[in-house]
Amino acid sequence: MEDIKFLDDDFQLVGDKQDITKDVVSPAKPAWKDALGRFCKNKGAVIGCAVILIITLLAIFAPMFSSWKFDAIDTSMKNIGPCAKHWFGTDTYGRDLWVRIWTGTRYSLFIAVVAIFIDVVVGITYGLISGYFGGMVDSVLQRIQEIINSIPTLVVLTLLLMVMKSSLFTIILALSFTEWIGMSRITRAQVLKVKEDEFVLASRTLGASDFFIIFKEILPNIYSQMIIMVMMSIPNAIFYEAYLSFVGLGLPIPLASLGTLINDGFNSFLVYPYMMMIPVVIFSLLMLSFNLFGDGLRDALDPTMKEM
Amino acid sequence: MEEKQPILEVKNLKQYFKISRKFTVKAVDGVSFKIMPGETYGLVGESGSGKSTTGRSIIRLYKPTDGQIIFNGQDISGKMSKQEISMLRTKMQMIFQDPMACLNPRKKVMDIVAEGLDIHHSYSSQKEREQKVYDILELVGLSKEHANRYPHQFSGGQRQRIGIARALIMNPDLIIADEAISALDVSIQAQVVNLMKKIQKDFNTSFLFIAHDLSMVKYISDHIGVLHLGHLVETGTTEEIFSNPIHPYTKSLLSAIPVPNPHVEKTRKSLTYDHDQSDVDYTVGTEHHVGGTHYVLATDEEFEKWTKQ
Repeated sequence: MEDIKFLDDDFQLVGDKQDITKDVVSPAKPAWKDALGRFCKNKGAVIGCAVILIITLLAIFAPMFSSWKFDAIDTSMKNIGPCAKHWFGTDTYGRDLWVRIWTGTRYSLFIAVVAIFIDVVVGITYGLISGYFGGMVDSVLQRIQEIINSIPTLVVLTLLLMVMKSSLFTIILALSFTEWIGMSRITRAQVLKVKEDEFVLASRTLGASDFFIIFKEILPNIYSQMIIMVMMSIPNAIFYEAYLSFVGLGLPIPLASLGTLINDGFNSFLVYPYMMMIPVVIFSLLMLSFNLFGDGLRDALDPTMKEM
Repeated sequence: MEEKQPILEVKNLKQYFKISRKFTVKAVDGVSFKIMPGETYGLVGESGSGKSTTGRSIIRLYKPTDGQIIFNGQDISGKMSKQEISMLRTKMQMIFQDPMACLNPRKKVMDIVAEGLDIHHSYSSQKEREQKVYDILELVGLSKEHANRYPHQFSGGQRQRIGIARALIMNPDLIIADEAISALDVSIQAQVVNLMKKIQKDFNTSFLFIAHDLSMVKYISDHIGVLHLGHLVETGTTEEIFSNPIHPYTKSLLSAIPVPNPHVEKTRKSLTYDHDQSDVDYTVGTEHHVGGTHYVLATDEEFEKWTKQ
């Protein structure tokens, strides 16, 4: 072994450089701006958001600027494939499908929005009250919910059919009767979990009102589950509407929705595949975008997600 | 001269939880003690002895079954007026055990610390609110740039400091520290305890220090209460309790403290106290005065027996 000798200039003092502990002073920003920033970084979510926007705009404006009417039957030009005149072709009655599909999307989107609204307003409120206040309130609310839930949907529908004509309003009524129950259950379970946490107790020792605790402490912590539930209830609602049409409770005949268009297209799928393919593609695009958007929203609202 | 008024006086506090029609848990059963301004009262006892319940009853997270809690000269054990509630919620604050769970993970430190200010509307402009938060963060040893972060970005000790800052921002007269340091590692415990001592010196704040770590309690407390099965079995100054423990439960607790001297530690015997076999009935015992502020819960015979030993 060689002898190793250290020279004077082999080592030198680092001094007190403190590069490691340098702290980044992040500018004061309200939390929602952070969330917006996180959302914009998520490519999938932004694309989803854009696709939803484009489809919505098309659903609103496409029928307005077309020379065709969604319910104008013209048997002289039925079953035409997609061409320059009829971009999506025509159906078995000779109605222009471009207009029909976008009008249908309009109704489907409307039903989806109503579903979200019912979920959020009825479901979440019901679950929050039931879970947060507990005790007697919880018992009563839960029993009411169980009774409603125990009536089969089909029975409700037939009863509704007896007193009402099929219209958009009937669909909304049928939706509002059953759709919120799953949501309120999940909300209640989440509230029960969060409300015993120490930060809620801390809020209470500071004198926070129930209102403050529910909206500022509990709700932000259960967002993610809520968003997932809402996103799942959208396709449910759209299909539910198609199912209602099937039973005879859906939209009255000349009107169309994506669900009924897919149903109609299915009848002649082997001969004229485009009649079903196009609404299915639009429907899938919509679902995919809603899911991407929902995931992005959930991640954006959760500051504990890994920051990239 | 007028005698000093205690900041908090607890008289015969009882907290029962009704589990079912036939079964009631007596978590706290007749506890009385006083805390003077600027003092620290250490509440010790094993798990399940009712320490945390006592703390939570005092700050009115629970509704006490019986007894009186007098805080700042006002009775806060029954139904309170709006004024009393607002006094209680600002002047009495709590620090929690788990630094991970006691901060809302979805809020920024700024909003967590300012929560009390928001609730009681005690600022006139956004700038004043910010300034108050920065000042208090500085006080607990954090800096301005920490205000814009989320709790998960901090270490356990820093999170506990945020918890302390949240309590301090209301300028409380009494802080209940509910096992505030038991979830931290030892070096951080020392930091946090020293911070509490510093705060006490600067603001003359009283502490109700709930813990099971006796050596830490000895270090921080002026008075100690030993709680067992919901009964305060012995209370007195730290000196009195540590030099002359009377109750066998206190003795066994004290004998369990490790001594930082290997020669003594080798021969240290920890006494065991089994309540079920000792036929000591806490419900028949009365308070016996030992001397000074030193009281012990015992029947006459027991008291004689224990003092003779």
